[in-house]
Amino acid sequence: MSAFLTVNNLSASLHGYDQRVLRSVSFSIDTGEVLGLVGESGAGKSMIGKAILGILPSAIDIVEGEILLDGQDLEKMKPADRRRLIGATAALIPQDPLTALNPSRRIEPQITNRLVDILGWTKANARVRALELLNEVHIDNPERVMASYPHELSGGMRQRVLIASAFAANPKLVVADEPTTALDVTVQKQILRLIRELQARHSTAMVFVTHDLGVVSKVCQRLSVLYGGKIVENSSVAEFFDGPKHAYSRALLAATPKYTDPEASLLPVDEAVIEAAAAEVLAADREWRHGG
Amino acid sequence: MKLLRAILVRLMTMSVTLIGAAVVVFFVIRVVPGNPIAMMLPPGATEEDIARLTALYGLDKSIIEQFWIWLTGVVQGDFGTSISLRQPVMPLVLGRLPATLELAIFALVIAVVIGGALALTGVRHRETGTETAVDVANGVGLSIPDFLWALILIVLFGVLMPVFHISGRISPSLDLPFVTQFYVFESIARLRFDLWWDLLKHMFMPALALAIPLAAIISQLLKQSLKETMHLDYVTLARTKGYGENHVILSEALPNAVLPTLTLIGVQFTFLIGGTVIIERLFSYEGLGNMAIDAVINRDLPLIQGIVIVFALLFTIINLVVDMMYALLNPRLRHA
Repeated sequence: MSAFLTVNNLSASLHGYDQRVLRSVSFSIDTGEVLGLVGESGAGKSMIGKAILGILPSAIDIVEGEILLDGQDLEKMKPADRRRLIGATAALIPQDPLTALNPSRRIEPQITNRLVDILGWTKANARVRALELLNEVHIDNPERVMASYPHELSGGMRQRVLIASAFAANPKLVVADEPTTALDVTVQKQILRLIRELQARHSTAMVFVTHDLGVVSKVCQRLSVLYGGKIVENSSVAEFFDGPKHAYSRALLAATPKYTDPEASLLPVDEAVIEAAAAEVLAADREWRHGG
Repeated sequence: MKLLRAILVRLMTMSVTLIGAAVVVFFVIRVVPGNPIAMMLPPGATEEDIARLTALYGLDKSIIEQFWIWLTGVVQGDFGTSISLRQPVMPLVLGRLPATLELAIFALVIAVVIGGALALTGVRHRETGTETAVDVANGVGLSIPDFLWALILIVLFGVLMPVFHISGRISPSLDLPFVTQFYVFESIARLRFDLWWDLLKHMFMPALALAIPLAAIISQLLKQSLKETMHLDYVTLARTKGYGENHVILSEALPNAVLPTLTLIGVQFTFLIGGTVIIERLFSYEGLGNMAIDAVINRDLPLIQGIVIVFALLFTIINLVVDMMYALLNPRLRHA
């Protein structure tokens, strides 16, 4: 297996509670592959991304399972080594570009700091690399942008900067956490194309967290559908859009707005389907308790 | 051009503040009961003596007239003559001001160091017993006023463990080579660390008494705003880059979290200078505050006016400095 990231049987729960918020999640991603994690809000899709990058809130404990990044089990590593490994091989494209840049620092150090502080590059080399990347994300005047403060840039520009920053250290894995949700619809498309472009050029493995199946169809090769912190369906994108196997996936797909027939497509997910999915989750919990 | 305008507007508001302070203090101290002439004459002075002395100091004229005379003097740099000390007011006030400034600045430094250290420790070990300990320390620091801290410190380090001096600014037995009144700065400039050490041993307790409540306020506010900042996206993003907790707190969170604290320090620093009045009295420290109390007791109207104007000027300058620092540290204001 050449999988760069493998998540095995990962369960997490709120600190001090028995109730799991991630339920035995397993998947793996090969180099150059994009996996979409889809589900409603609260399904746990962002949490998986956070677990991979070691930034779970302190209130959430990983209770079971393993995350293998480049063959190394993150849970078994010392915190400092784990941080270093994640910083050197993985990166995050955050959801909201308006809050993800430090308002009191110029753009340049926000792109180069990982290279200089964590990977030991010289400042001059890091600067050359940053300029190169700003060109790659189609920023016209990279010198000026590097000297700017975040508040001087538009939302789309900031997201470009964040994408450049994410790809700065040639990461093997990028977690994109709803990277277009906070942007204007017109900018969304450009940013998606850009992420796709950089991912393909650097053949990065990517976890793409989103609630938007339309986005998944454009960016991902495979997808996992989550309900209640449990993966209910793993599928290739082609198969999924031909006809999802799981009833919940079908309902989710049916609820996606279509331009051709907006009235008919804006439907809530059928209650019976939700109940069935919830029952499935509970059954998995029972089995997990008995087994473990 | 914009900057020049901003400076002009600022100077205008500062002068309005100063004139306001001058008017209020001038009229208030003349309206409240108490008569400077009565303080100067021995018991049993005749009506004629009283009238003569009153006329000599111009106190027989109407308040408006007195104000006009005083104001025309002030504009020319003449703040009148102290009634109790019989010397020109300005040299007296300026002679004492450095002592108070040194005390206040030393107190501010202590407060920032202690408050900052407590806040950072509390955030570094947040949601543990250490943070609770910091909260308790803040609570204690805040709930005991500076003059009570002064008494506690006198008992601790002046009486039980006499390591610091409890009275005065410098040991009277020492030969002073100083030409300015800024003893602490001058002792460093002259490399006279023996004198510097003696000054410090006098200054430490009054400065600490002034600093503790301010340190508690700084610690509390800074810790709170650091904790809020730690949840923001750019801090989380820095963690994914491989940075540890210390770096994240100091380089990512602190520069942003410090801004509201800075404004507060400015406001609180003016309170601290107000606090020097009573603290200097408690430690017989020869500063402006101690002089102010004497002036009030003696109903020394010109001296009170002079001290109040100098304090008011000091406060407006502090506000100006804080605003400038805020603009300097906050890039969003720098270009506005």
